[in-house]
This record gives sequence, C-alpha cells and structure tokens, in this order.
Amino acid sequence: MKWINVALATGLLALAGGSAAADTSDKRIALSNNYAGNSWRQAMLRSWENVTGQAVTDGVVAAADAFTTAENQVTEQAAQIQNLILEGYDAIVLNAASPEGLNGAVKEACDAGITVVSFDGVVTEPCAWRIAVDFKQMGKDEVLYLAEKLPDGGNLLEIRGLAGVFVDDEISAGIHEGVAENPQFTIVGSVHGDWAQDVAQKAVAGILPSLPEIVGVVTQGGDGYGAAQAIKAAGRDMPVIVMGNRHDELTWWKEQKDANGYETMSVSIAPGVSTLAFWVARMILDGEEVPKDLTVPFLRIDQGNLEENLANTEAGGVANTLYSAEDAARVVAEAKGM
Amino acid sequence: MTEVSSSATLLGKGYAWSTSPRVLRSLLPAFSLAVILIAIFYLQPRAMSPIGMKLLFNLAVPIALATIAQMFVLAVNDLDLSIGAYVGFVVAVGSTMLSGGIAGLPAMEGLIPEPAPWFLTTPLSGVLVLAAAIGVYALLGAVIQLRNLPSIVVTLGMSFVWAGLAVLVLPTPGGSAPTWLRGLMTLQVPIVPFPIVALIVIGLVVHLLLMRSAYGAVIRGSGGNPRSVARAGWSLVRVKMAAFGLAGLFGVLSGLALLGLTTAGDANIAVRYTLLSIAGAILGGSEFVGGRVSPIGAVIGAATLTLANSFLTFLRLNPDWQIGAQGAILIIVLALRVLISRGEARN
Repeated sequence: MKWINVALATGLLALAGGSAAADTSDKRIALSNNYAGNSWRQAMLRSWENVTGQAVTDGVVAAADAFTTAENQVTEQAAQIQNLILEGYDAIVLNAASPEGLNGAVKEACDAGITVVSFDGVVTEPCAWRIAVDFKQMGKDEVLYLAEKLPDGGNLLEIRGLAGVFVDDEISAGIHEGVAENPQFTIVGSVHGDWAQDVAQKAVAGILPSLPEIVGVVTQGGDGYGAAQAIKAAGRDMPVIVMGNRHDELTWWKEQKDANGYETMSVSIAPGVSTLAFWVARMILDGEEVPKDLTVPFLRIDQGNLEENLANTEAGGVANTLYSAEDAARVVAEAKGM
Repeated sequence: MTEVSSSATLLGKGYAWSTSPRVLRSLLPAFSLAVILIAIFYLQPRAMSPIGMKLLFNLAVPIALATIAQMFVLAVNDLDLSIGAYVGFVVAVGSTMLSGGIAGLPAMEGLIPEPAPWFLTTPLSGVLVLAAAIGVYALLGAVIQLRNLPSIVVTLGMSFVWAGLAVLVLPTPGGSAPTWLRGLMTLQVPIVPFPIVALIVIGLVVHLLLMRSAYGAVIRGSGGNPRSVARAGWSLVRVKMAAFGLAGLFGVLSGLALLGLTTAGDANIAVRYTLLSIAGAILGGSEFVGGRVSPIGAVIGAATLTLANSFLTFLRLNPDWQIGAQGAILIIVLALRVLISRGEARN
C-alpha cells in the first residue's frame, strides 16, 4: 500500500509544481540559532517562521522549530545541539556561534544520523553542510558593475566596514581584486564607515576635501546613505554609490532616480538565507546528492526592480527575499556544476 | 541516581540518620538534581538511555571541574572572577601548543623551518605553559594574602589578562584537540555513560582531598577562622597558594575536558563559566564565607545547572525567558536552603 500512497502523493505534487516530494513529510527539522539581537537576525527568524510554517501546513515536513540560545555563547549552543539530538530531529539547520567550537556537538549529531546544515555562521566539521557567503565575490561584483557602467573608469572612494572583522577584510579584498583586473579604476581614498550611516557620513566628510573628482563609491552596506549625505553637503557631483540594501539607502536611491534618473545597484545578503538552508536540509533528507559546500546567492537590486524591493523592505530594515525549494535546487545545481 | 546514593552514603557516615536540618541541607542539591532529571525524563523519554544520558551530562563535566576550581577559592573566603577567561585560555593553549607544540601556534605559521626541529613541535611546551598558568594562580593567592587585596578586584583584573593571552594564542577560532584528549572525552564505558563516571570520580577524589585529608581541613579552616589556623602554626600564605593553585589545576582540567568535547578551540568559549561556577558551587551547598564548601555538592550543583538548561529547552520555553527561568530555578533552590538553615539555627 505504501508505494501506492507515495506514487499518488508524488503525482499530486508533480501537478502542484513539483515543489516537494512526499518522502520528507514525517521528517522534523530544527533551527539552532545563536543570536537574535539585531534587525538582520530578527528578519532571519521571521523568514524561517513564514516559510517553514507554510511548509509544515502543506505537509512537506512534520515540524520545523526554531531555537535561539539565550546568550550568544558557544557552550550554550553546544548544549542546545545535544538537546536537539535528544529530541530526535532528523536535521538541524545551524547558524553557529563559532566556526570551530561546535564541531564536537555537530559530530555527535552526525553520528546520531542527523543531517546538519550550517549557514551564515558556518562550521568546519566535515560531516556538516555549509551554505557560506562569498563576501569577496560581493566586493568584486561592485567593481564589475562600475566597469560596465563607467567604461572610461576614474577615481573610486572605498568605504570599509569595522576594522579587524573578517567580513570587512573579505569584501575589501574582493574590491581590490576587481580594481586590479580593471586598471581604468584607481582607489584614491579609503575610510572605515563601520557599516553605520552616521560613521560613514563623518568619515567621508573628513576625507572628501583631500580627494580629486571621484566617479564611484564602493561600499559594504549600511554606509551608502551616509556617503551620499556627505557628498551632497560638500557640493560635489554625485558619483555612483553602490548601495547595501538598507531601507534608507534604497529610499534615497528612489528619490534620486525619480528626480534625476540616478542609476546604481545595491547588493547584500538576504536574511531569508535561513529559508534556503531549510530547503537544502529538506533536499538532503529527501536523499538527494548535495555537495557539502554551497554558496549563498546575493540579493542584488538593480534599477529595474528597485521599487518592488523597496516596497518589500520595512523601515529601518534590510531588503529580504524568501527562498523556495526551486531556489535551493538551483543553488545545489550550481554547486554541482563547479 | 548513582550520584545521589553515593553522596548519601558518604554523608551518612558521620551522622546518625535523621531528618535533622543538617542532613536535609546536604541532601538538597541531590534532591534538586533528581527533580530536574525526572522532569526531563518525563518531557523527553528518549533521554533515558545511555546515549541520552551521555548527551545530557557530557557538558556538565567541564562545568563541574570549573565549579570545583571556584569552590577551592570559596573555601578560603575568596571569589574567582577570572575562571571563565582562564578556562578559555587553557582551551586556546590546549588546541594549539598541546597538540602541535610551539609550531602549532597560528602566529608561528610560516616562521617554522621545514622539517621543524623536535623542540618546536613537542607538546611539552603546552604542558609547561599550563604548569606556569597554575603557578600564576598560586602566586595570585600569595599576593592576595600578603598585600591583603580583595580577590574580586585581583581576579577581575586577571580575567582580562587571561582573555588577552587566549586571543594572542588563538586569534581566530581553530586549532584542534590532541587525539588522546578527544579519545578520553569520548571514552566508551560499559553500562554507565562516561560523563557520569567522570562526575562521580571528580566528586569523590576532591571529597577525599578536601574533606578527609588533614591539609584539606587546614584549607577549609583558613576560610572559617584564619586567625586560629595561623596561631596553630600554619602559614596562611601557603594555604592560600595551595587553594589557588588547586583552583588553577582544576581550571586546566576543565579547559582540557571542554576542548576534548568541542574538538577545536575558541578563545571566548568559556566566558559563561565564571558565573556558572559560582552558581554551581552555591547551589551545591557552598557558602561565600566561612570555609563551608562541599565538593560532591559542587559537582551535583554543576550538573543541576546543566540539566536546568536542557530542561528549559525541552519545555520549548521562549529563549527570552530562559535566563529568567534559570534564575528562578536557582532562587527556588536557594530559598529552600535558607528555610532549612533557619531550622538549623533554631535547633
């Protein structure tokens, strides 16, 4: 009887668009999260709730519960993972407090036959899957966009993030790599904006008087609006400022676009990446072959889809996108192709 | 539980069995542990298996060792606010120098000639560093006694020193635990899961060391009445050095146990251990002053705190409430203790 049920269900689902197979309907997936104290993480948890709630209602999986540790501590999250093993989940989706410190707990989960998918804060334990962010490529993409838009090149101002943080080094390395490949550009100045509009505004205002004419500003997100304010206050021509998907940045871009046809692009990581990890975990539970290392696609906003993305972004927040099973399948297919 | 019965027999030795407040007080930690354990078994029957018990208790081992370290300091009327950072430092040293020698330090990458000479790769350097760290702990004890400094201030200062050293040794999470350590912490023991065996052994060994030996009585006595201990001809400086040195030793053991469980290091891995160790010791029947401590109680207290965390997860409590709920559990147990102590005072 069982195979008939499965065949029936598969047939029905194929009609419904093939978004889910029935094999995982009895599987339970848990989200282990180490921190919920900023807007990105809040949006990440909300995205998880929206997508997995629907998935549970549709019977794609039996349960998808989110667990956040009370304090952002490695030992607490290790204990949490052990408790999730005891609860008998089939997969644990993990945003880790430490890339190394949870390896023991992750290994225990793997040994208990649990699929572990880490994202954003990934773990190095070989038995787990990793959905990592290629920050370097993100920096490079900014320069590539400018190279396309400004073929003659010119001077660039770089706004960096918080000094000493891995993400800052990676994005900056990507930007410099892009500039090395496109010698028509020169980075004439570099300031730290700490991913905050007020800091960026002050830093840019400070360096502007010493700079020649600049055609573009490469940023790391959370700093584009501040840069625009500083440049406007200095009475300079507005260069192409690459944005970072923040609500204030997109709003400013929209105003400029309506007023004078200003063109740029915006790129960052969508908090909805948790939902991508959910679908990847489901694919693995479904028995599909998934490479251990996957890369998060960036959420890129261009001139054409600005309005649509701005409408979906709440004030003070970051542009978000919820991933679907098809998106996950595409990411996996890309990783296989590499 | 095995622990409960073992502590009961030990406690039963000295006193006649009665419901005297003193016995009640000694049994309170074991009672709290039993209540939480039963609640967990009720919520999650899967935990009632060898593998379940192993998962429930294995993170209690490093916490219990840190609690014992804290208890030695409490025994001489001091408080150690640096134990968490110190355990993090031990984890950092353990994951680098103890497995790969000086050449295992991330800072040395690229500076080591190929093939590396033996003195750069020997784990002995890690052993020496950890021994030196224990020495520093003993010295702190001497300084606190000689200069009459408040231990809270000294150890708070030291916590930044240890945290800084840990980051120097291991700037980014990484390294790897020595294989023997991983092997030890994942040891398979027949019937009883290894963490429970380890907890019982820790409790009993420290009990013999501190409660049944002559020098143990001196250490506790220096917390209860330092003047009379000094008059009896004991050097209070040496007593403090011994107590702090033992705290340093158990801090090292705690860090190594934690490293064996996590398999890789992170300098900030044990930040919470400072408060957990104090809470665990107090929960287990120790007092802030007066040299009144209980090693077996400390182990049980640490286990109770670890289980309380699991219990709250199994309850599916909103994480925002979890710290509060943990605090509530602590308050309930301590309130019970105050009630019993009042009964004791009346007798």
